Amino acid sequence: MSKFDPNTAKPCLTGRGVTKVFGMGDKKTVAVDHVDFNFREGEFVSIVGESGSGKTTLSKMLLGLINVTEGEIDFMGQPRDISSGKKRKEYWKGIQAIFQDPFASYNTFYKIDAVLLDCLKMTGKGHLPMEKKVELMTEACSFVNLRFAELTNKYPFELSGGQRQRLMIARIFLLRPKILLADEPTSMIDACSRSTILDMLQKLREEINMTIIFITHDIGLAYYVSDTVYIMEHGKFVEYGPAEECILHPKAAYTQRLINDVPKIYEEWDLSTV
Amino acid sequence: MGKIMLEVKDLKTKYITRFHEDVYSVDGVSLTIEEGKSLGIAGESGCGKSTLALSLMGYYFAPLHYVSGDIIVDGRNISGMNPDDVRKNILGNEIAYIPQAAMNALNPTQKIIRFIEDVIHAHDKSMSKKDIYDMAKERFAILGLPEDVLQKHAVELSGGMKQRTVIAISTILSPKVLIADEPSSALDVTSQKMVIKMMRDLMEKGYIKSMIFITHELPLLYNVTDDIMVMYAGRIVEKASAKDMVFDPLHPYSKGLMGSIIVPEEGVRDHKLTAIPGTPPNLKHPPEGCRFADRCKYATPTCKAMDPQTIELPNGRMYSCLMSERKLREVYANE
Amino acid sequence: MKNTLRQIFHSPKFVGGFCIFVFILAMMIIYPLINPGDPLERIGVETFSKPGIYFSMYDASTTKTSPFRLADADDKRVASKLSMEDRVAMVEWFGLAEVDVEGVSMDDTETLLKLWDENYSADKKIKMTQAKKKYFKRLNNSIQSLKAADKMEVVSKNPESGENETVTTIDKNAYVNVSDVTNTKILPLGTDNFGRDVLKELVSATRTSIGIGLIAGIVATLIGLTVGLLAGYVGGLVDDLLSLVTNLFTVIPSFILLILISYSLSQDQRGPSTVAVVIGLTSWTWTARSVRSQVISLRNRDHVNLSKLSGHSLVRIILTDILPYIASYVVMAFILQVSSGILAESQLSLLGLGPKTTVTPTLGLMMNWAMLYSAHLNGSWWAYFPVILTITLISFSLNLMNTGLDQVFNPELRD
Repeated sequence: MSKFDPNTAKPCLTGRGVTKVFGMGDKKTVAVDHVDFNFREGEFVSIVGESGSGKTTLSKMLLGLINVTEGEIDFMGQPRDISSGKKRKEYWKGIQAIFQDPFASYNTFYKIDAVLLDCLKMTGKGHLPMEKKVELMTEACSFVNLRFAELTNKYPFELSGGQRQRLMIARIFLLRPKILLADEPTSMIDACSRSTILDMLQKLREEINMTIIFITHDIGLAYYVSDTVYIMEHGKFVEYGPAEECILHPKAAYTQRLINDVPKIYEEWDLSTV
Repeated sequence: MGKIMLEVKDLKTKYITRFHEDVYSVDGVSLTIEEGKSLGIAGESGCGKSTLALSLMGYYFAPLHYVSGDIIVDGRNISGMNPDDVRKNILGNEIAYIPQAAMNALNPTQKIIRFIEDVIHAHDKSMSKKDIYDMAKERFAILGLPEDVLQKHAVELSGGMKQRTVIAISTILSPKVLIADEPSSALDVTSQKMVIKMMRDLMEKGYIKSMIFITHELPLLYNVTDDIMVMYAGRIVEKASAKDMVFDPLHPYSKGLMGSIIVPEEGVRDHKLTAIPGTPPNLKHPPEGCRFADRCKYATPTCKAMDPQTIELPNGRMYSCLMSERKLREVYANE
Repeated sequence: MKNTLRQIFHSPKFVGGFCIFVFILAMMIIYPLINPGDPLERIGVETFSKPGIYFSMYDASTTKTSPFRLADADDKRVASKLSMEDRVAMVEWFGLAEVDVEGVSMDDTETLLKLWDENYSADKKIKMTQAKKKYFKRLNNSIQSLKAADKMEVVSKNPESGENETVTTIDKNAYVNVSDVTNTKILPLGTDNFGRDVLKELVSATRTSIGIGLIAGIVATLIGLTVGLLAGYVGGLVDDLLSLVTNLFTVIPSFILLILISYSLSQDQRGPSTVAVVIGLTSWTWTARSVRSQVISLRNRDHVNLSKLSGHSLVRIILTDILPYIASYVVMAFILQVSSGILAESQLSLLGLGPKTTVTPTLGLMMNWAMLYSAHLNGSWWAYFPVILTITLISFSLNLMNTGLDQVFNPELRD
């Protein structure tokens, strides 16, 4: 289904013993507890867990938005260095994100053009003539089935949730990072727009051979889109492996429970195990 | 055929916007539910399913207004009744309603048992607190809720527990119809399963005579309800048994919706997800003819001019499309 | 932006407050043009002259007169001249002379005079002391002279001959048009304790006080905004430190602090702007606290994270991703700060700790002067009541605007 081959792909983002502890003393909570991972180039990874399992904290650490308490993260084979503002900026050229809430992801005071122009500026295309920029933005919008001509001079609040998330994908299309971290991008939009978004993420991965880290609570979605699945419970990965294996033949009790709790259509949904 | 619990005939309700424009969010909906049956309503956001839920209660408050049609609950027409009478005599004992954020409706300063007392006293002043407590205790035990919840405050309960408690409270008077609007969408999968289990228990044990369940999660509907109805732009486009709807949808819109089903089961990865392009029409100015025509890939020029009639098939299925059943099946088979 | 403005001006509360405030501002600009000059010029020699139109007697006596024959002029004159003391004496005499004055009111000048004319005679045998007799005779003379249709002569001393010469005579029925009198002075609100025109002073004081309010508001909002933004957005140690300072300032009652700072500054240093800055320095805390809490809720929003990922600098994120979201809130806080700045100045000045006295009037100083010279005890309402009204109106209009804005910006309050 995809070009990704787990045997030949090079590691892109790897972590060893990555830990995040909030608070101190008696109020200490371990949000992420010594997790190891190896995300490879061109891989579609899903991190699945319930709310409170630490998946969003992990994603913020991967993005470098919060500090890692303990552990190491390697980016493209090199230890990740985000100690200074300049280095962070450099890192963020390689990793980008789409967030959960399409309504909170936009600065309501910016027009849509400004969002996209900012991306061009970030990739060093700020000096191009306006026609060229419009051409690039139009291309990005058509990639996600939006028409730039209709969006120009509009504010984000004039778009529907699905359209906003698609625009976020257009933004990634312009930025072309190595890694995209999609933090529950479909949880706040309805089922119909959801499949559109998932298709576009797949297309995006194939288009620019990007690693996509997809964070979700819906194991069905994870199974549908990803090559590899990591199941997270209480800050730990309880199971990981190729999606087929992990979900059709789950080993960890937690994975089994997650699968059991999702409504089925082909098999009987066993309601007695609550 | 069982006793008809809820019958809706050509119901129309509208929103009046701030600019005094009429938006017909429920535009000629008819449905019937028999005793012991449940009906699912599916559709995209903005298709009018939540408005339908509100309209069915018969309790209208601005900006929602009643226009025409009948709502008959167990032989009693409640449409056009005085809102106060509806609130006193219908809500709670005839119709119960659970919105998505129902769990946030609990006043944090009150114990759970107080809400139950309120609900019962609103309809029957004669019951003593002791009787109410015993009744609530019994009901909670049957529904698998711990008894000590009764003496707790809402803040002490988890989200899933709160939602189940609210459902237990709203059905304490054993209503004839339960309308649940996305009751589990804000919950995680495990709590969602518990809510679903509880609603099934309510049905099986006869505490509610019939149920309307609204959600955009189709696998959930498939597992909860007997029939599924698909709504689009304020109208019903198809009604069929859950199984037929999921595996053999007739209307192109239902077909699109079913194409978005994702479950963690073998086979799902192989089928290509279908997405419906575009967005639902603005109901301030609904399009002429079939309202889905603009987004339908099978649409012909006639579709945009002619309003399709609802066609009832011999097996009780209903759909509203200009194409015949045979034509539709042919088109789908050729894809 | 345009839409927001339209919404703001659709709010009746805001428009109401705005109109009052604009009226006050317009008065501040227009009145000095009509009536220029030093607002603290001491025009009156006596304290607390009543509000009204004053015209020079000297000039009036030589102004061209027009005679009028007004029927009740004499009675009115007599009535106004006949003092209460005289009336009491008259009634006393009636009592002694056993004249029936049952049912006659003390204010009924006409009946009193009539009774007096009919009954009084110096020779009437009434038992009383000689001094009393003389007193009533004098009273009778003065009553008769009041009634006499005499002319008044204005006499001036000739510098050469040293003799008195009649300059002009004034008839009882001679009237002068006020506009013909060379020197007139309109004092709509009278004069204060130093004989200064209260209205002129009030207009000037309003201007100073609004200035003080604005400076105090700007200082407080700037400090509060900066502290709140930094504490809220940067967080960590910076937040702890700034919150500590904010809490310290909150715990110390700001008015006491204000008094202490004002007291420690010497009189010469206490100009209006100094006082304004001092007020601003003590009232920023709640702006800081509320801005901080707003920023904390914004800091973790996805659009801020996205802005970070786009490599925007801290300053840019604060200015473009945080500030616009709280701008309406800050504007509202600013309006309240201006209003409370004006009130704080009045309070300070009332205590005598306001700006240096007798150079620039402020609303608080006017109150202070009125209080020091017991205007409230001797009934000189015009010296303090208009000031109170002005303070109330400014404060009311600003608060009204604030509530109006709140209704526009806070969707929960929108109807």
